[in-house]
Amino acid sequence: MIVRTLKGAVVAACCALVILPFLAVLSTSLADQAQVTATGGYVLWPERPSLDAYRAILAGGVVTRALLVSVGVTVVGTLLSLTCITLLAYSLSRPGSLLHRPILLTVLFTLLFAPGMIPMYLTVKQLGLLDSYWSLILPGLAGGFQIIIMRAFFQEIPGELVDAARIDGAGELRILLRVVLPLSKAVIAVVGLFSAVAYWNAFFNAMLYLNDTEKWPLQLVLRTYVVDNSALSVDAADLSGSFLPPPQSMQMAILVLSLVPIAIVYPFLQKHFAKGILIGAVKG
Amino acid sequence: MALDVKSPPARPAAPPRRATPKVSRLRRDGLLLLLGVPGLLVILLFHYVPMLGNVIAFKDYQPFLGIWEAPWTGFENFRVIFNGDPEFLNALVNTVVISLVQIVFVFPVPIALALLLNSLAGVRLKRLAQSILYLPHFMSWVVVVAIFQHMLGNAGLLNTFLRGHDLATLPLLGNPDLFLALITSQVIWKDAGWGTIIFLAALSRVDPELYEASAMDGASKTRQLWHVTLPGIRGVIVLMLILKLGDVLTVGFEQIILQQGMVGTEVSEVLDTYVYTYGVVGGSWGVAAAVGLVKGLVGLVLVLGANKVAHLLGERGLYTK
Repeated sequence: MIVRTLKGAVVAACCALVILPFLAVLSTSLADQAQVTATGGYVLWPERPSLDAYRAILAGGVVTRALLVSVGVTVVGTLLSLTCITLLAYSLSRPGSLLHRPILLTVLFTLLFAPGMIPMYLTVKQLGLLDSYWSLILPGLAGGFQIIIMRAFFQEIPGELVDAARIDGAGELRILLRVVLPLSKAVIAVVGLFSAVAYWNAFFNAMLYLNDTEKWPLQLVLRTYVVDNSALSVDAADLSGSFLPPPQSMQMAILVLSLVPIAIVYPFLQKHFAKGILIGAVKG
Repeated sequence: MALDVKSPPARPAAPPRRATPKVSRLRRDGLLLLLGVPGLLVILLFHYVPMLGNVIAFKDYQPFLGIWEAPWTGFENFRVIFNGDPEFLNALVNTVVISLVQIVFVFPVPIALALLLNSLAGVRLKRLAQSILYLPHFMSWVVVVAIFQHMLGNAGLLNTFLRGHDLATLPLLGNPDLFLALITSQVIWKDAGWGTIIFLAALSRVDPELYEASAMDGASKTRQLWHVTLPGIRGVIVLMLILKLGDVLTVGFEQIILQQGMVGTEVSEVLDTYVYTYGVVGGSWGVAAAVGLVKGLVGLVLVLGANKVAHLLGERGLYTK
């Protein structure tokens, strides 16, 4: 009994360590200026919740633009990524088809050896992608690991189903769209989520490939404004208007905004995590 | 993340398909091949072309000359590595120390957490805890670093509270002596929960009959843990350790570069930040590429070597021959 209580307490403590920082961040972002000043910067419970901080950063300007860039890159990137990965994984899911082995090995080798930052930068540069949104999208389009997961899932689909469809006169494309994809929602959800999270969270690619601050995605703005705690040069005027909530609550509001998309999709996709991931892993 | 490079249970590779001649196979599989083209193109363009780009490690690359016109310099760029440039050595030592500390202190956490979650009584409680603990994995490093700063920083929640109660403040951030502890706790905070997934799955596969049998033989819960549970997930533990070993020279680049300004390069320069600082920022492209190439090759050798050792120990490892 004591052991059980103890276990419960440890797990509860771990969960609290994860949740409490968010509550503090969320509360501070919602607090009004008087309270933030009174408490010295942080608020655990907003007494008079206000959306002033959100209104201020979403009124146009750097954060709004960065938000749109991040949304755009994430949506376009995830759709293209899922298309590429699904098609390649499907074409690799049939052992014995032409060139099956060499292509599979080509994909597998990428898991063992990463090309390195400098050659990657030079490749992006040579392709003329520097300072273009495509530099954020294209390099991460098709990862070997995602392809392997998806392929493993496709191979679990009973071959009889595919054969039956073929006898009924369906071509490869129709088989993929009508038979395989409807059965693969779980893995598509998971691979899509990972892809989306990777695009949404990408900070390093943007730092490396974008000199133009106008094109910055949200994570770079977060870095400058929240981590480095410095004003955004482009937008200093916007942020120092006459009536504005204190920077603290605005910083926290940007942080909260960057978490909104994850908070929205997380509950829907969560049930698929374990299944989708383990297909490519433990089961083999 | 675990991956198993081995193909799924090799179903007999359809012998009649192989027997058909190439031309008719092309006609049959042509569309299938065509479907794979976009993905394959991306892989070639952003994995294999950059691999070729590593030739600049053997060249004196100047941005205006381009990769192919740059003059060859042989192993000149590698001299930095093998002659032990102090800044390079500092980066190398930091990288290895951070990696080893993380293998010792971070690697066991998800295993312990998974064992703990697995032994919880209520299924719904377990689910709830999992949902909460997975969450930080989906946040960017920028967000994690920002949250740590705003909790533990000088003007953060903790110190604001201490100051408000006339207590001494704790300078936890920006302190070079605590940097290793800081980044280690960040990694645990972000990914320990997520890391449990794979161990929980392995735990669910341990045969319940083994527990019953050992209980019959009078094994206590502790003995069951030692003689049934841990051996049951040994394969997965070894697999994850191999993957970790392959990354000994790779430590969280984004995490570190975000906090480098705060503690200085002496404790925070790692190989990846060295490559970034000397290559992209400093313009020593060839040297930076050489360091990156050696790093990649060492990683490759480590994975293959660790896998070999796993085989010798009778484990399945990352892939089987």
